[in-house]
Amino acid sequence: MNTHAHAETQQHGEGGGHAPHRNYVKIWAILLALLVVSVTGPMVGIRTLTLITAFGVALVKAYMVAKNFMHLDVEKPIVHWMLLIALAFMVLFYAGISPDVEKHHGRNWQKTYVAPSPAPEHEGGEAHH
Amino acid sequence: MEKTIATTRSAMNIPTGRLAVWWVLVSEIVIFGGLLLSYLMHRIAHDEWAAEAAHTHMWLGATNTFVLLTSSLFAVLAHKAAEERNGPKAAKLLWITIAGGGIFLIIKSFEWTSEIREGLTIQSGGFWQYYYTAAGLHAFHVIAGMSVMAWVATTAAKNQELHRVENVGIYWHFVDIVWIFLFPLLYIAK
Repeated sequence: MNTHAHAETQQHGEGGGHAPHRNYVKIWAILLALLVVSVTGPMVGIRTLTLITAFGVALVKAYMVAKNFMHLDVEKPIVHWMLLIALAFMVLFYAGISPDVEKHHGRNWQKTYVAPSPAPEHEGGEAHH
Repeated sequence: MEKTIATTRSAMNIPTGRLAVWWVLVSEIVIFGGLLLSYLMHRIAHDEWAAEAAHTHMWLGATNTFVLLTSSLFAVLAHKAAEERNGPKAAKLLWITIAGGGIFLIIKSFEWTSEIREGLTIQSGGFWQYYYTAAGLHAFHVIAGMSVMAWVATTAAKNQELHRVENVGIYWHFVDIVWIFLFPLLYIAK
């Protein structure tokens, strides 16, 4: 952390001190420009571009709000750790569950309630539902 | 009047009130994160939901994004005014922020009325269950934020407890961030 940023962190952290204020109207204008990008992206009709302009821009907007409006960039490390742990749990949640939800069948199982069809016959065991 | 310990103590070198707000947001990340990721998984698994999502009104969603981003601007300007010890100005800006929340809810109610009249209710399928649950939970948070903000504005107008302006602002910005993700998920990905 450079000296300036460190000084700002100290200032914001100690005893409810002042956050370093920025040009909020300019940041708001950039956020609105990004909103326009996310709305016009789907009009091109390219699926990949839509995903980038919609979700990529959403990530950038969220980052800008957190950094500039919530002053997360000068917040104490404990707050960063708290948020990172919560986000890590979300990654774990997605990694653990998404294969079951997103896939309709695997080597030894099939979700017949999603796509009704006869359960496949497997050697040495029944299909798991 | 004797102040409560939560107002005066500064654990971890961060004002306890602000730390408490961050703790609330950690729990909110898990609540909204769980819901949105759950929706994402099911959306990936069900291509047919695209036809359902096509019924949502993108321009109303975009307008509401504009309204919430603008209300966030006023919330952070209120924070700045509070740090300049200008309580009345901070209160005025907070009331404008609350008005933004009100406009958001009015637009949302028109949107829902239109959809329900078309027969698209929470019982119309998996997509609509997520749509109404996620947007409804978010709207509930908007109402909660507006209520607390009104209380904070009342005290701030008297130049009292100005540190609360920042705390309620942090919460409001989080509600804004949740909508920033809800918008592409529910209105754009079709």
